Amino acid sequence: MIGHAVLALEVGWGTTMVIKTLIILMVIPLGALILGYTFLLKMMSHMQSRLGPMDPGGFHGWFQLVGDGLKFLQKEDIMPNQADRRVFAAAPAVVVLSTFLVFAVIPMGPDLVVKDLDVGVFYALAVSSLSVIGVLMAGWASANKFALLGALRAAAQLIAYELPLILAVVGVVMQAGTMSLQGIVYAQRDGSIFGWSGMGNPFIFTQFVGFALFLVAAQAELTQTPFDMPVAESELVSGYMVEYTGFRFLFFFIGEFGTAFAFAALAATLFLGGWSIPGVTGDWANILGPFALFAKLMFVAFLMFWVRFTYPRLREDQLQALAWKVLIPIGLLNILVTGALKVAF
Amino acid sequence: MSTTETGTTETPATPGFVLDPVALTPLADARVNVELDTGDMILNLGPQHPATHGTLRLVVRLDGERVVAADPVIGYMHRGYEKLSEFRTYPQVTTLINRIDWLSSFANEVPFLEAAEKLMGVEAPPRAKYIRTILTELSRIATFLLFLGEMGLQVGALTPAFYGFRDREHILNLIEAVTGGRFHPNFNRIGGVKDDLPWGWLGECRSAMKIVFDACDVFEDLVLGNEIFAARCKGVGIIPAELGAAYGVSGSNLRASGVDWDLRRDGEPYLAYPDLDFKVWTHPDGDSFARYWVRLQETRESARMVLQCLDAMPAGAVMAKVPRIIKVPEGEIWVETENPLGQMGYYVVSKGATGPFRVKIRSASFSNVSILPWLLRGVFVPDIITILAGLYFILGDIDR
Amino acid sequence: MKAPKLPGLIGGLGITLRTMLKPAVTVQYPHEKEAPASRARGVIALKEENCTVCMLCARSCPDWCIYIEGHKEQRPPRREGGRPRSVSVLDRFDIDYALCMYCGICVEVCPFDALFWTPEFEYSENSIAKLLHDKQKLGEWMATVPEPEPLEVGALPSKGAKK
Repeated sequence: MIGHAVLALEVGWGTTMVIKTLIILMVIPLGALILGYTFLLKMMSHMQSRLGPMDPGGFHGWFQLVGDGLKFLQKEDIMPNQADRRVFAAAPAVVVLSTFLVFAVIPMGPDLVVKDLDVGVFYALAVSSLSVIGVLMAGWASANKFALLGALRAAAQLIAYELPLILAVVGVVMQAGTMSLQGIVYAQRDGSIFGWSGMGNPFIFTQFVGFALFLVAAQAELTQTPFDMPVAESELVSGYMVEYTGFRFLFFFIGEFGTAFAFAALAATLFLGGWSIPGVTGDWANILGPFALFAKLMFVAFLMFWVRFTYPRLREDQLQALAWKVLIPIGLLNILVTGALKVAF
Repeated sequence: MSTTETGTTETPATPGFVLDPVALTPLADARVNVELDTGDMILNLGPQHPATHGTLRLVVRLDGERVVAADPVIGYMHRGYEKLSEFRTYPQVTTLINRIDWLSSFANEVPFLEAAEKLMGVEAPPRAKYIRTILTELSRIATFLLFLGEMGLQVGALTPAFYGFRDREHILNLIEAVTGGRFHPNFNRIGGVKDDLPWGWLGECRSAMKIVFDACDVFEDLVLGNEIFAARCKGVGIIPAELGAAYGVSGSNLRASGVDWDLRRDGEPYLAYPDLDFKVWTHPDGDSFARYWVRLQETRESARMVLQCLDAMPAGAVMAKVPRIIKVPEGEIWVETENPLGQMGYYVVSKGATGPFRVKIRSASFSNVSILPWLLRGVFVPDIITILAGLYFILGDIDR
Repeated sequence: MKAPKLPGLIGGLGITLRTMLKPAVTVQYPHEKEAPASRARGVIALKEENCTVCMLCARSCPDWCIYIEGHKEQRPPRREGGRPRSVSVLDRFDIDYALCMYCGICVEVCPFDALFWTPEFEYSENSIAKLLHDKQKLGEWMATVPEPEPLEVGALPSKGAKK
């Protein structure tokens, strides 16, 4: 932990765990806020020739989302009459839970990781699929036909796009030789491109197919356009979330953007080198690592949101056809080619 | 058009093909009896819904994600224009009928005032005709720019809608500079138009048309060229030409099914259209993609027509000699024009007073929407939205 | 047929990127304001000395939102030995802007040029009753009436109303 490495403080295991948990708990809402403000409020607005919020907080409306959050907190807690109370209340928590769990393995520096599991990639992908259960719970417990339609669409979509997501990552794992995320970052930092090790070997160069596949599958996992049938705003008016108001809706919102943050961080770690900066080692890596990771994940998030604001949405059957008939074969081909090239070189 | 003294009517001009009698049988199996139905899920789209362009209620019976039957319920916006017109004078009625199709309000006034002028035997001077033509085409451009944007929105792309509104502002500013009102110009009068153009307007109009051409190119790249948009819209909501004509579908919807019929060219000559040289765009498929394509081309064509009018603008008066208190002589007349939404017509009955005795408004969207029970059978739920967006109706036009 | 175009997906991304890099078109009201056209129908102003209480405007309003009351007064004759003139005096002239359709028929129909359009539009209130503008307030709007503007090439010289 940073306290141990830089300041040579002796902190016990318990204190370390508490600090790590607190950091993770703060990172999700903060990350959601930053992503939401930069991309949803400002980037989308400028792509649409408008300014976005300018007044709240004085400087270009930075306070808008915080104010929105505070507004949501003081709203009345409305539950539909025929809703299943416990399931209705638990659904947002399940969705946000899966986001928190992903952050437990993402490394922000050589020592800045909650727990570097040997099966980090496997764990991250497995835990991010927990949100499907939350979505189904939300749709069913809302006692609303629109919500149910949205939840069923979401479940089908999320399960279908799990496979391309995993297949995209398998190529990276094969190239790095390890499933641990910290190991993957080291493999990129210490690698070399045709003998030149100036900037390591970010896997995006060799695994560009995997990168594209990962982005497409992540877009679908986040139910963002062009895969946002479950929350098709102009049809189902936010689909499975339609009966959620106030604090519970805030949870879903944080969950959505927090998961975007998490997937962008995963993509940055797997393909762009994570926290590694060429030429920086030791304690400086611990201090600058989070910023490097942040910059890389903002770039990935920019790509994801850029696509979100430009394309129309695919219909459910076209979406499924894309996943099963196009992305999975490409993913398998990618694995084949990676394996062949790895043996050859 | 026909003027009747004794009550017999000539058959109005038709596009000229045989109407299949099978197509005219009522589709009883498409009716949905909401109270008694069980089994398949009944979904109520509207009257408050982002996709239904206003207060249209669509009761659909679903089997999973496929529509089994659909029933549009209209009337939530009925404002009683035909009854209101019985108690108002011609200028007052002009004010009201602006609000039928509020996106292209100038175009609504034109057929009504043409009807009154024909009954009176008064003809608007050439300059007034050209000004009316320009403003009608500007309304068409404004409506279609909004359509090009919001169809992208209904299909899922958020950005084109904003571009549509942004580019439409230029047209609305032009209309405001001439008439004083952005949305409800209330500019036509019996015998001509109310005022002349302000200084510098012709130049501003020319630069606005350049912006329109650029906007059309943007929409072509951003929406029409997008493969996802094509996948969503091609093959969705195909209207066969004969069936469309049987249901009374008109305007760009019918032209997108391959019917080469445009009242500006084929109907009774009105305004300055006989002097203009323009192309009527058709598309052989009848799907939503074709409707978008046709309207995009028509926007460009309207901009070209406006430029032609600007070049050929005659000088002179904008108002014919009409008495102070206008009393339209007795008679009945039917006038129809090519409005942006389709074919709009007024049947005006006058008994010699300062206001009409009875006005029957034939609005385009009412007939366009009547094809929905047939069209929505067997489509997916997302396709309902695409079809509604492609047909492009305005609730004020349906309900009046 | 030009050179092969980029797939539409990429072209679309290019358009949004280009729009993002251009300045936004938003006018930040109320910090910045756009001036409407001089013919814009914002509010109606009354020039009281021209009004002869002929009631034409009230009768031609489609919404019946103009309320006029007046009475006749006797004025002394202009010459010796003539009979006294009767003059209409305006007591009450209210326009209810909660009902007004902004159609302009009243302005057009007035034979004595007592009503004028002005582009002033920022007069919203938080109570509907305050939207009934009385004679005095309508007279105050006269200060915002713009000068009649020149017309386009080819128009007949206007016989527009003089303020």
